[in-house]
Amino acid sequence: MTTAPTWGDEQLLGAYRDMWRIRHVETRSERLFREAKVKGSMHLYEGQEAVAVGVCAALDDGDALSFTYRSHGWALARGIPPVEVFGECFGREVGCARGRGGSKHLGDWDRRILPSNAIVAGGLPVATGVAYAARARRTSDVTIAALGDGALNQGVVHEALTFASLWRLPIVFVCEDNGYAELTPGHEFQPVETLSERAAGYGVAVAECDGMDVQSVAGVAQVAVGRARSGAGPTFLAAKTYRFCGHMTGDAQAYRTRDEVEAWRRRDPLLITAECLQQRGFGTDALDEVRDSVAEEVATAEAEAWSAPEPEPADIYQGAPSWTVQR
Amino acid sequence: MTSQITNPGAVTGNAAAETITYAAAINQALALALETDPDVFLLGEDIGSGGGVYKVTKGLYEQFGADRVVDTPISEAEFVGLAAGAAIAGMRPVAELMFVDFALVAGDQLFNQVAKLGYLSGGKLRVPLTVRTQQGISGGGGSQHSQSLETLFAHMPGFAVAMPATPADAKGLLTAAIRMDEPTVFIEHKGLYFTKGQVPTGEHVVPFGVASVRRDGGDITLVSYSRGVHWCLEAAEELSARHGVEATVIDVRTIVPLDIETVAESVARTHAVVVVHESARTAGMGAEIASQLTERCWSDLRAAPRRVAGLDIPVPYSRPLEQRWLPQVQSVVSCVLETVGAGAGALSQ
Repeated sequence: MTTAPTWGDEQLLGAYRDMWRIRHVETRSERLFREAKVKGSMHLYEGQEAVAVGVCAALDDGDALSFTYRSHGWALARGIPPVEVFGECFGREVGCARGRGGSKHLGDWDRRILPSNAIVAGGLPVATGVAYAARARRTSDVTIAALGDGALNQGVVHEALTFASLWRLPIVFVCEDNGYAELTPGHEFQPVETLSERAAGYGVAVAECDGMDVQSVAGVAQVAVGRARSGAGPTFLAAKTYRFCGHMTGDAQAYRTRDEVEAWRRRDPLLITAECLQQRGFGTDALDEVRDSVAEEVATAEAEAWSAPEPEPADIYQGAPSWTVQR
Repeated sequence: MTSQITNPGAVTGNAAAETITYAAAINQALALALETDPDVFLLGEDIGSGGGVYKVTKGLYEQFGADRVVDTPISEAEFVGLAAGAAIAGMRPVAELMFVDFALVAGDQLFNQVAKLGYLSGGKLRVPLTVRTQQGISGGGGSQHSQSLETLFAHMPGFAVAMPATPADAKGLLTAAIRMDEPTVFIEHKGLYFTKGQVPTGEHVVPFGVASVRRDGGDITLVSYSRGVHWCLEAAEELSARHGVEATVIDVRTIVPLDIETVAESVARTHAVVVVHESARTAGMGAEIASQLTERCWSDLRAAPRRVAGLDIPVPYSRPLEQRWLPQVQSVVSCVLETVGAGAGALSQ
């Protein structure tokens, strides 16, 4: 699979902005957890920004997204505003799931975003169903199913890939290979060298990309989404990436060295994109302006979400089946 | 066995009726749904040209084609989840789990996904999915093909659960289930497939949450659903003929929602109740119904609510052991006599 042509300046700058938005939200999220403003653990996306932003750049409005508890990055990249992401983490009515989901379950079906899943690989069968409906109803909509490298050892991944291949479903499996299954390094749970080897056996197209380079991701995503849209069937897209933060907030990260993290930080997706923009003639001031203006946008959203009302206890049955016995 | 049960609570669009089997009634409901709603499709293992292992979907593949009656690989978790995704995206799938035992293979999809997605989306999405399955003992199935697991679906918030006892209810409740916007689990009984009864022709809808009084009697209330209703009716006839005890038999028809009001009204009149089901006794629907009745009818009750249910061990294979496991009509009769006797004793004290 060949990489599509690189982006124009405006699109690359837009992606740079989108990745900074995620980075700022995650930096603040880590802080909010430490300050105990957010209850329960969160799974942050810092370091993996290029994957969600690069893939979502290839999508149209009707396309659907299924993703995981490492949810903030995908939600933001797919267009859920920061105030709704923070709102959900704070358990506020303004949250994208009205405070019923929390950080692990961001989603907004009005935007064709399924609730993100806190069961590893649990969302894949449902994602294939959304793709199945698109095919059955003869729309050209594509479904993205994001999963991690650790998810590959769940049985439903095998099943979902089988069905997608057998029925040529318009779906792209985006496997974010950050090298760790929760707290366990890849060599302890991957029986073969590359993830693509595992996917190839199902008869799906396989693509690989540099998950730290948003243009590399966008290139393969565009081809994979195009294939799905045209009826050519599913693709398994492996994006080699790295998370700079722990598996979840509060993770002491004893399973990896500081040196390893520092080495990957030199390949920070923001750094790679900034260098590319500089080569195209953007000055430091222009790049700093992007970073700072998004920081302000995120800070405003956080404050707005924090002061927004919590759900009324009396509304607890909203969204439950009509016949639910209310007590 | 030919069921003599009529359908007092049924809402029907057609006065004409015919005598058909429980399996044929389900087949009719599926055919009508496929005919009238282009978003309905069926999926499951061997349901297409194979017609299903109990032939419930026989002929539908030929009539509606492979796009509407979809054979799936043997992957219960995947096809249940796929059906849920299609439902979220606007279709009305009817997924068949060949045996309820296989629902456990699809456990995460059913209990963590299907049951929860609507609520945790903040009410932004709905899952109009019907899961059809069948359960129970029909002789020699062994412990992984004979279970009765309705309680799991009743306990897990998010599902409506139908337990049809008659061909007419099978047709009417399935039609209602497919039209509901929430996930429904429709549990057939393999031992009832070949039973016959009067079923309205054409459209026939039985609403969820409306119990049916199958027999009227003033001495005790028997509460059941699915095959248990037939045991209760048989027991009631024997109690009347040989012991002079007249039982009311209530078929709750759906366990979620549960029409406890109809049961409680009866108990207020009879002052005694026995709940009967095939599934294992501990933490079963009998415990739930007895508990709700104790809360509602404490002052009306002459005796403690009792249960007749399956044993708390896996279903064995050997015939005498299997029969020992299974609740029997005689167990219902004995339990009623003990309950009424205890009540009489309490009254005379």
